Parts: sequence; structure tokens; C-alpha cells
Amino acid sequence: MNHTGALVSARGLTKIYEGPPEHVAVGGIDFDVRRGEAFGFLGPNGAGKSTTMRMIGCVSPRSGGELTILGHDAARDRRTIKARLGSVPQDDTLDTELTVEENILIYGRYFGLRRDVIRERTDRLLEFARLTDKRASRVQDLSGGMRRRLTIARSLVNEPDLLLLDEPTTGLDPQARHLLWERLFRLKQDGVTLILTTHYMDEAEQLCDRLAVMDGGRIVAHGSPRELIERYVTREVLELRFPLDRHEQAAEKARGIGERIEVLPDRLLCYTSDGEAALEEAGRRGLDPLTALVRRSGLEDVFLTLTGRTLIE
Amino acid sequence: MSVPAVHEFGYWWHRYRRTWRGTAVISIANPLLFVTALGFGLGRLVDERNSAYLHGGSYLAFIGPGLLAASAMQMGFIHGSGPVFQSARVGGNYRAAVTTPMEPSDIFTGHLLFTAFRATLDSAAILLVLLVFGAASPAALPGAVLTALAFATPISAYAVSTDRPAKLSALFRFVIMPLYMFSGTFFPAEQLPGPLRALVWLSPLWHGTELCRGSGPIVIHVLVLLALIVAGYLAGRRSYTRRLTA
Ligand SMILES: Nc1ncnc2c1ncn2[C@@H]1O[C@H](COP(=O)(O)OP(=O)(O)OP(=O)(O)O)[C@@H](O)[C@H]1O
Ligand SMILES: [Mg+2]
Repeated sequence: MNHTGALVSARGLTKIYEGPPEHVAVGGIDFDVRRGEAFGFLGPNGAGKSTTMRMIGCVSPRSGGELTILGHDAARDRRTIKARLGSVPQDDTLDTELTVEENILIYGRYFGLRRDVIRERTDRLLEFARLTDKRASRVQDLSGGMRRRLTIARSLVNEPDLLLLDEPTTGLDPQARHLLWERLFRLKQDGVTLILTTHYMDEAEQLCDRLAVMDGGRIVAHGSPRELIERYVTREVLELRFPLDRHEQAAEKARGIGERIEVLPDRLLCYTSDGEAALEEAGRRGLDPLTALVRRSGLEDVFLTLTGRTLIE
Repeated sequence: MSVPAVHEFGYWWHRYRRTWRGTAVISIANPLLFVTALGFGLGRLVDERNSAYLHGGSYLAFIGPGLLAASAMQMGFIHGSGPVFQSARVGGNYRAAVTTPMEPSDIFTGHLLFTAFRATLDSAAILLVLLVFGAASPAALPGAVLTALAFATPISAYAVSTDRPAKLSALFRFVIMPLYMFSGTFFPAEQLPGPLRALVWLSPLWHGTELCRGSGPIVIHVLVLLALIVAGYLAGRRSYTRRLTA
């Protein structure tokens, strides 16, 4: 059952929440996460990302399929697996009545670590999360972003081989996000395998070696960010905005520009290998946009192409 | 018993160390108020009538063990309901513990161990004061701890799976309170009218109270309380698992 060299391997992995009404949250997915890589699940609300993460974290039993983690069956060897995992759930699970330091201590004790070992690691973890001066503060006095950083620091107390991060940067300000990316990058260089979920395209592009795009409980595409962009979209995009009352009429007129047109509620996207040429063509057709922008395609466009929906609403 | 359970005990111990003074006052002062008011106040009235139901003993000696057992029930409810309910919710301690090598059954066992520890400590403190008044015997301690667990275990099993705190207050109002009134705490159960007298056998608190008084078929009282603990434990292992690993 051990798929070659994969740290995590799923085949036909399924999760059905028993109802009523019965709900298929994950509908039979296959993926392999290789040692040392950063693997991302990208998808809209309700796609099944957290459910998948919880199954990998051994806190949600699968309903069907196979799931092997670190060479062990996720249903059978939960303790062994969990001892080597770091886990950052989507909802914070910090104890708000305890201090920053105590949260790490209690959590470390759950792994059976000795107090002096935990104390020694706490110094480094707090520095990692830039919370050293908050050491004795109660968690209820921390900001949301600080709590997130503490949850991430805490998840490293057992020096995990595999770190699960469910929307690690949601709620962080841009500076904290970039700091965290840098820290995660460093962890990866130290050999920690990362699995993360995100709504953010830039995060996925920056952090992930490979991605699985999820929608409605299924993986609709996977590959590296670059592969996905090359496979599913043209090199450039022309974005046109019109006054709302002329929006539909303009969409009609624009038909046929570039290889494909995507009509969003607030703008038109023309997928093309040459954005400038498309813009000229639009001018020839008498289109008079409020704004026009030529840019390179990104994961957002991949997602739109695959699902017909934008990721961030 | 698995070793990881000790870490859940450790969590509650860690919290208790910082708050024990406040909690000790609440869990001990209340029974003491009762013992003073009932034992000395009401007791004087009762003893004058020389009731045959008391078999020649004083009302104080009667109410002492009764209050001990009733407080133990209350401890069982207090520790088995609120903290368990809160811990199982998003943001609660159980949610963090379950992402570590701890399994739901370890969490349950560890928390129960702590409840047993608290019940022993608090019952011993109450008993100490009762001893000073000559209102109970030291042999009542195991009965009190058993009573606390006979309530805490099934109540935890229920509280972990419930989604609304209102259900727990209903449990208090419709189960715990009536038991408190009609389990031989304040007056001997033999005084109840015929049909109710038989029903008292169904009350775990009555068995606990009799145990604390050292009266009646002790083995049966112990077995009833143990049966509740075992049944609650089996149910709790399932309900903890169902709730914490959905
Ligand atoms: N405990 C549960 N019981 C029943 N249904 C659930 C449960 N948890 C999740 N679901 C359902 O499963 C589906 C997938 O949810 P999941 O949380 O995995 O999505 P997600 O991709 O993480 O979404 P988001 O981006 O909003 O976090 C949703 O339709 C959700 O309603
Ligand atoms: Mg989610």
C-alpha cells in the first residue's frame, strides 16, 4: 500500500458526513505528497479542504478509500502518526485562559515531552513567532494574528516531520503574512514537509511546489503552479471594465476577441497570447472600456477556467 | 488505563493550581452553611421530638453524611457538565488535545481522573469539618468519591455530545434537584409514602447517602454506583470519540 516515496498517499479518499441530510464532503480523491515538498489544497468555501486536512491529521475518520501517512494507515496507527505531525487547524484551539507559554507547555506535555525540553524549545518557538515579549500574556489579550502565530509555533513543539496548515495566514496582516511565508520556507529547507490550504493565489504561488485544486469535494486539477497556468490558460489576460449598464452589451461585442472570453459580474476577461493585440482589436470593434489592463495569467485564471467561478468572492 | 490520560489530568491540574482557593471556598462553604443551619438550627427542633426514624441518633449525625453525599453528587454534576461541554466546543481544550497523540478515550479518562481527585480533596475537606462537629465518620470518604463519580461519568458522557448548555441546566433542574430532595438527605427515606419508598432504590444519590451513613446493604450500594460508573465510562468512550473525531 506504500506508494513510492510518498509521505502522504490517498486513493479514492472519501468523507461522507452522516446526515440527515447525508453529505459527501470529499468524493474520492487521489494525491501523493512527497517528502520535503510544500503541497497545497486550493479551493473555494466548502470545497472539502479542511475535511481532507482533518483526515490527514487523524482527527476525522475516512468513510472510504485509502490513506497512508508516513508509512502508516491513518485508521490504524493514529497515535504513531500524530506523534510526528504538526497541526494548525482552521479554527484556533488555544486555551484563552492560559498564557502563551503555558499553551505551549500543555501542548508539549500531550506529546509526552519532558518539561525542560519543552521550556528549552519554547524560547526558540516564541522567537520564531515573534512573540517573545508576549510570553507571560494571557491568550485572551492577544490579537487574532498573534494567536494564529502562536498556534503555528505551538504546532512545532514536537519537531514534526509533516506540518498541516489549514489556512495559516487568514486573518494576518500583509507584513505578518510575508513573515510567515519566510518562516515556512525556512522550515521546508530544514526538511519539514508542508501541506497547506489557502484561498490566496499569491500564497499558493509563493509557497507551494505542487497544488491540488479542489471544488465540490473533488480534485479538478493538480500540478505545480506553473504547470497549471500553462496547461489551463493562455499567457496573458486582457481585463476590461465597463459601466454596469453597458456591461452586457459590451460582452456581446467582445465575443471572439482572443481565445476565450470570461464574463464576470464586474468585468470581462479575454484570454489571449497577446494582450496588446487584443486591446487593439477591442478598440477596432468600438469598445470603450472605463479601464483596460493587460496582465499575465495566474492561478486565479486557472481556477476560473476550471470551475467557472472566481475564488475570492 | 493508558498513560496519555495522565497528560489530560495534568492540564486540569495546571488550571486548578491557579484557581484552587476560589473553587475550594465554593465547593466547601456551601455544604457547611447547610450543616450549620440544618444540623444546629433545624436539628434542635427535630431532636426535641425524638423521632423514631432517627433510631435514637441526633439530627446532626443524620444530616452530616447526607450532606456529604449530596455535595458529592453536586461535584459530579459540576465537573462533569460545564467543563466537559466547554472543552468539546470549538476553541476548547479537547480540540487541541485530539490533534496530538491523545485519543478521545485518553482525554475522557484523564478528565475523569481529575474529577475523582477533586472529589476526593473536596469531600475530605467537608468531612474534616463534619468530624469536628462529630457529624460523620471518616469511613464515609470512599462512599462520597464513588457518589461523585457515579454522577460525573455518565454526565460527562452526555455533556460532551450535547450542543446546548440549556440541556445541562435542564438536567440539573429535572434530575439532580429532585434527587437532592428525595434521596434521604434531609429526612429518612422510610418517611416517604409507600410507592415512593420503593422508587428511592432507583436514586443513585440514595445509595451514596446510605453508603456514607454506613447503613443498609453496603455491597449493593457499592455495586449500583459502580454499575453507573462502568456504564457511563463505556458510553463516554463512544460519545467522546464520536464528538471529537467527526
Ligand atoms: N462536521 C461536519 N458535519 C457535517 N458537514 C460538514 C462538517 N464539516 C464540514 N461539513 C461540510 O463539508 C463540506 C466541506 O467542508 P470543509 O470544511 O471541508 O470545506 P473547506 O474547503 O475547508 O471550506 P472553507 O474554505 O470554508 O474552510 C461543506 O459543505 C461543509 O458544510
Ligand atoms: Mg476550511
